[in-house]
Amino acid sequence: MRLPSWITQHIAALRTILTFTVLCGIAYPLIVTAVAQLPGLRDRANGSVVTANGKPVGSAIIGQLFTDDQGDALKQYFQSRPSAAGDGYDLDSTSASNLGPESIEDKLSPDGATLSLLSQVCSRSKAVGELEGVDGRRPYCTSDGLGAVLRVFHSDGLTGRVTRVVSVNQACPATPFVSSYAGVAVECAKAGEDYSGGVLTTVRGDAPAESAVPADAVTASASGLDPQISPEYAKLQVARVAQARGVSAAEVLKLVEQNTTGRALGFLGEPGVNVLQLNLDLDAKYPYQG
Amino acid sequence: MSTTTAGVLFIVSLIAALAVSYRFFGDYMYRALTSTKHIVVERGVYKAIGVNPDAEQKWTVYARSVLAFSALSLLFLYAFERLQDKIWQFGADFTAVPVELAWNTAVSFTTNTNWQAYSGESTMSHATQAAGLAVQNFVSAAVGVSVALAVVRGFARNKTDQLGNFWVDLTRVVVRVLLPVAVVFAIVLIAGGAVQNFSDGTDVATLNGATQHLTGGGVASQEVIKELGTNGGGFYNVNSAHPFENPTSWTNWIEIYLLLLISFSLPRVFGRMVGDKRQGLAIVSIMAILAVGSTLLLNWAQLSHAGTVPNAVGAALEGVETRFGVANSATFASATTLTSTGAVDSFHDSYTAFGGALTMFNMMLGEVAPGGTGSGLYGMLVLAVITVFVAGLMVGRTPEYLGKKIGAREMKFASLYFLVTPALVLVGTAAAMATGNWSTQLNVGPHGFSEVLYAFTSAANNNGSAFAGITVNTPWWNTALGLAMLFGRFLPIIFVLGLAGSLARQKPTPASAGTLPTHKPLFVGMVAGVTLILVALTFLPALALGPLAEGLR
Repeated sequence: MRLPSWITQHIAALRTILTFTVLCGIAYPLIVTAVAQLPGLRDRANGSVVTANGKPVGSAIIGQLFTDDQGDALKQYFQSRPSAAGDGYDLDSTSASNLGPESIEDKLSPDGATLSLLSQVCSRSKAVGELEGVDGRRPYCTSDGLGAVLRVFHSDGLTGRVTRVVSVNQACPATPFVSSYAGVAVECAKAGEDYSGGVLTTVRGDAPAESAVPADAVTASASGLDPQISPEYAKLQVARVAQARGVSAAEVLKLVEQNTTGRALGFLGEPGVNVLQLNLDLDAKYPYQG
Repeated sequence: MSTTTAGVLFIVSLIAALAVSYRFFGDYMYRALTSTKHIVVERGVYKAIGVNPDAEQKWTVYARSVLAFSALSLLFLYAFERLQDKIWQFGADFTAVPVELAWNTAVSFTTNTNWQAYSGESTMSHATQAAGLAVQNFVSAAVGVSVALAVVRGFARNKTDQLGNFWVDLTRVVVRVLLPVAVVFAIVLIAGGAVQNFSDGTDVATLNGATQHLTGGGVASQEVIKELGTNGGGFYNVNSAHPFENPTSWTNWIEIYLLLLISFSLPRVFGRMVGDKRQGLAIVSIMAILAVGSTLLLNWAQLSHAGTVPNAVGAALEGVETRFGVANSATFASATTLTSTGAVDSFHDSYTAFGGALTMFNMMLGEVAPGGTGSGLYGMLVLAVITVFVAGLMVGRTPEYLGKKIGAREMKFASLYFLVTPALVLVGTAAAMATGNWSTQLNVGPHGFSEVLYAFTSAANNNGSAFAGITVNTPWWNTALGLAMLFGRFLPIIFVLGLAGSLARQKPTPASAGTLPTHKPLFVGMVAGVTLILVALTFLPALALGPLAEGLR
């Protein structure tokens, strides 16, 4: 019996899929895996696991948290970048923050606020500044570590005289970062109140354009697993780590430099410091007497 | 070395590598794809699928074969996802993928889009990734190249209705082009640190006393074909930003090179098939001008970091990995949106307003600079046909391209081809806004609208990257974007094959004094201009409501 051509065509299609599933879906990954599991490649193919005292403690290419169970920095360790992967550096829920460049208005509710990206950056900068003993101020940030953003209400909607000004990220009873704007007293923000009728206005403030806290210390990475920090952020942490471990800053700095990788081939990527390797080296050389 | 200098060198080195590949890899593909001999593996495949490799097809039969193969692929992948808990999974156990998500993902991978409404590490088993999704990474890319070959035959042949054999084209692309390159570069990526195993992963006790689960998987084998086939579907949620997918700054370079390799080399195949290498050089020049221009602009936008948060931070570093840095991430973003790949090594949603606008604009070009594997070439050829016609109207010259008359029938096919994706993007975005489904966006204001516009732009152009803040794993979004991907892929394929069929039937028209030469810089400039003007006219209003409103605030 001869089948009509539209049926034979679909049968050929199905056979093609099965054939390519065998070729590209089974044979190909198996061959690659077989090569990957040869000595020399095997360690990397299995996740570049690093050990300390014979026990696996992490991967050389995956970052991890160096905080206590309260989320506070362990002073004897260099700190990683902020992470949006789960509760931080969780490989089972990798993620970036995905917040945009104009994410500047927090969502206040009676049981806490959902921070905008700007307020996250400001609060991280303030916290890092306090931890490392430097000035953590940044442009567009309030001194209490939130985005310096006002909603300005005008008498005729978008124009006319200013009738009311609210500092939208500072929940009452906070003291607004400026007391008055265009001659009107600035209010703190109340949860649940609708301020969408006001014009969003950012206030630059007088913080220096280059903060003492580096950019990578206040931004979440793309993967949430960034194993590196910038050499600048590492250097900022040297004094604190040295003090916690009771060694000289120069000795810690030497370890930082040993763990700093430049651009590959001189022009690929950016220089960075592998945080886990650095902390492992510290533990090996200058054990923490907690 | 300053960041800017290093970033420029990064781009220059990619251009140099691709220029060499255009010549040599292009010639290799030409010989492999136009050969009259069948190698052993291929003869085995033809026997297994039961086709006669020496029979040729008319455009209608070729198109039906493409559609039959893609339909069955879709059904097979859908069934695979729905039944993944019944199949031997290797590693951790996963439940069946829910109905709408399985549909969306099946469409996504068969259309070479690789839009991901799911998170890889928490949804798909190792078996589904390797034997389901990654198979489509190969064959959907091969479908694109096959259609491009049929279209080029339409220009190259005369007085025939035969455009080649889809099954042969498909097989050759997989066996002679994709597989060998994939095997080699998978091993290179593993040497850089990419993971390749079938284990459930390793639990480690971290220095702060917590536990970290280092996930396993056949990552490298999937990573390489994801880039080479301009697919873009990551093994993990964060795609090529994940250190297990893209461990170092030099693997980052390799991944960008791979995702540009085939699309930038195919014009060489085109030039040789039509018997005039200069025609291929003209086409690749148009692609390169648009690509380099856009990449430089995107690097500039990201490095100059305009906007409130980037200014507060002092750099556009949110959603960027330190090992790649801002400049190399911008180059990756540009390459991935120019090629319909959609893999990301940094998160576009957190880009500056103009940076984000450029990633969208790249896709709105219709994925032609250089576009997806195959689809970039046939898309660009359609634009060349439109340009010849426009030029003919302007200066009163006969619309001809490569000795073929561009008449009413050809222009109907070309216009329909061009209209499909803008219609899908704008109607889809409008529907999401009108029905309230925009409310799953993460960001607010113009940026929230950008997330919606980006989603439909990405789906209809078969790109697959996202302003990923928006939640799209809802029945409405899964269904709507699935339809956008499906129509955005197959309607243009039908129209362009129709165009090829009608060109192949013609007898050649000898060039006369009135013929516009299509290998000269004038023509290159005209096609680039027509492309930019068509896109700007179509999408400027929509862009004005999203990223432009945000950037000019």
